[in-house]
Amino acid sequence: MATTTTRSRRTDRLLAAATVLAAGAAAVLALLVAPPDAVQGQPQRLMYVHVPAAWLAYLSFAAVLVASVAHLVTRDLRWDRRARAAAELGVGMTALAIALGSIWGRPVWGAWWVWDPRLVTTVVLLLVYLGHLSVRGLGDDPATGARRAAAVGVIGFVNVPVVHFSVVWWRTLHQPASVLSPDPAPMDPRMATALGVAVLAFTLAGVLVVRRRLRVLAAAGPAEPAPAPLPSPVTGPLVVTPRIRP
Amino acid sequence: MTAAPARPPQAAPRRRVPLRLLLVAGVVLLTVGVLAVAGLQGSLVYYRTTSELLADPALQGERVRLGGLVVRGTVETTADGVRFELTDGVQDVPVVNTGQPRGVFQEGQGAVVEGVLGADGVFRSDVLLVKHDNEYRPPEDGTGRPAEDRG
Repeated sequence: MATTTTRSRRTDRLLAAATVLAAGAAAVLALLVAPPDAVQGQPQRLMYVHVPAAWLAYLSFAAVLVASVAHLVTRDLRWDRRARAAAELGVGMTALAIALGSIWGRPVWGAWWVWDPRLVTTVVLLLVYLGHLSVRGLGDDPATGARRAAAVGVIGFVNVPVVHFSVVWWRTLHQPASVLSPDPAPMDPRMATALGVAVLAFTLAGVLVVRRRLRVLAAAGPAEPAPAPLPSPVTGPLVVTPRIRP
Repeated sequence: MTAAPARPPQAAPRRRVPLRLLLVAGVVLLTVGVLAVAGLQGSLVYYRTTSELLADPALQGERVRLGGLVVRGTVETTADGVRFELTDGVQDVPVVNTGQPRGVFQEGQGAVVEGVLGADGVFRSDVLLVKHDNEYRPPEDGTGRPAEDRG
């Protein structure tokens, strides 16, 4: 056990070092090496954080799907914790992608927000996974909460392709994807490199955050359903004491 | 969390709950999905093209969004806004917008306006959004630094 923890901590340190390196390289590439866009100018550089945030949200929700299926099959609460840690990251990244997109939209589109299918479906995605995190705490049986969360985690994933392909299926103000697209668009190689390294940096940081969060969750909650409360030493069979649950 | 009364021991069969839950969740999400798809395809098309607007007389006098490319050489600044033509490559619609354009509005680029097509064939709008494509490239002069690059 102790050696596992030590090895896990060492992996975290390596991951942290790789994250810092990738993030530093991404910052240099995105701010200094890549040219501004011919049409959009400097605000286009928001792409190097907006797109990786959206990518990491998709990746997190895919992890939620896998962990939720595993939990429904095994009923193991460790899978529930993995789903929860990934969903927390995904919700944060979805909110970040919306916020950064809004900041990008104001100078380029001329509006902070538009009722465009891509934007609306992304907010729905955020709400579904907030729901996934919320249903876990409804009721006081952790096993039931975990099952409900897993159900949302499986079914809610249909929203991910809906968000991603919203720009293809419907006519939107939001531009279609340039890279993860059935019809990739040309991009300056310096821009594409900066975007790739930024995606790598976000992914590494996400893995690190989820690993650390899992350790916190594992320390906070038991792996097994809570054992039956121990009988109080002073109470006999004839004494009734109200049991108070936290 | 407040104190809750002690629960009776769980004697209920535990297997039935997830199945029922999954069925309910499935029906709910399917309904939401069908509504979303129907809604988005029907009424939530973000904008109409110029050809669609001109082909549908019911849209005249209605407040709609109209999207297209800004025809080169048609942009004129007016006293209280901007005047230009939008095209989808087939039909051109003259647009008079109240308010100066924000965003990266320019000739040859996409734009979406919100307003009403008048009987005179002029689209009067008060919201002007810029639609840009998904191609990213450096400025034409090749230096990677546009002339106004500062800010």
